[in-house]
Amino acid sequence: MAEPSTPLGPGPLPAAPHGAAVAVDHAHHHPRLQHHFYSMEQQLEASILAMWVFLVTEIMFFGGLFMAYLVYRTLYPQSWLDGSSTLNVPLGALNTFVLICSSLTMVMSVRSAQVGSRRGQIVWLIGTILFGTTFLVVKYFEYAAKFEHNLVPGPHFSTAYIVEHLGRTGVDPHSTQLFFSLYFIMTGIHAAHMVVGIGLMTVILIMAWRGRFTPDYYGPIEVSGLYWHFVDIVWIFLFPLLYLLGLHGGHGA
Amino acid sequence: MSHTAHPIPSVRLYVTIWITLGVLTGLTVLAGYQDFGFANTVIALAIAVTKASLVVLFFMGVRHNTPLTKVTAIAGFVWLFILFGLGMSDYLTRHWIGVPGR
Repeated sequence: MAEPSTPLGPGPLPAAPHGAAVAVDHAHHHPRLQHHFYSMEQQLEASILAMWVFLVTEIMFFGGLFMAYLVYRTLYPQSWLDGSSTLNVPLGALNTFVLICSSLTMVMSVRSAQVGSRRGQIVWLIGTILFGTTFLVVKYFEYAAKFEHNLVPGPHFSTAYIVEHLGRTGVDPHSTQLFFSLYFIMTGIHAAHMVVGIGLMTVILIMAWRGRFTPDYYGPIEVSGLYWHFVDIVWIFLFPLLYLLGLHGGHGA
Repeated sequence: MSHTAHPIPSVRLYVTIWITLGVLTGLTVLAGYQDFGFANTVIALAIAVTKASLVVLFFMGVRHNTPLTKVTAIAGFVWLFILFGLGMSDYLTRHWIGVPGR
């Protein structure tokens, strides 16, 4: 037991014999410390590691979609430009900034827990939920426009809008539909993650309201924050790859 | 026992990162409206990687995590690049050799 204590390794064990050690520990440990951890520090690091393991599976989940994007963009570069030209760059940029603001409010709520401000946690969490909701509202208007312009893949899909309003010629309906399939799947799954994130933040908000988090114990708010930031990172890549691409490269332009 | 593993970053640091992310978003939109040809995508991705790195290091606080957590986070992105690398090494090299009937 001479080895130094690390946050994830065994810390110094109680010197008392079996049985007695457990009883002594019960009396002294932090009420929020689960019995299978040595210290609050180890407990927090274990939660963070576990969330990262989950986020790695999320990286691969979205990674498969980015891979599909990459392959089809390589195969149908012109359709990617044509499809992308229909996306609303100002709204996409606005949403990018909205998510960046939500990430700031998120870290501020975690920081509030670390410094022991219940009010701070509540205010910043409500801010995070509001920014997240704003993102979804903007996305709703973007989706509605796509439905209106018959740009949703399926029997009613039409390239008429791209040809008539954006002055593009030789638009291939099949591969352009492929672009919109990926657009809706990637942004749709991202939006689903936002909905889950808002639900998660609501639960965390209730916990914060009840004063569950202290400078000693703030694992749930920190770990939920990791998820929230990850969803922000996905959008950081989706925005340039989907929206900015179509600003150039039109045949007519 | 009661102290936390993580030092508490200052509000100033968080606000600085937020402003930097906002400026980089503006920059990527500005660069998007210029026509650099193929470089457009390269510039956009370089800015996106910078932004993602700032979020991971500062907002997600990976710089203060244990080596095991750091390795796990890095491994996720390494696997992603294995996916892209092996995937594209297939699609980009298919035309190198003429295969009859393709």
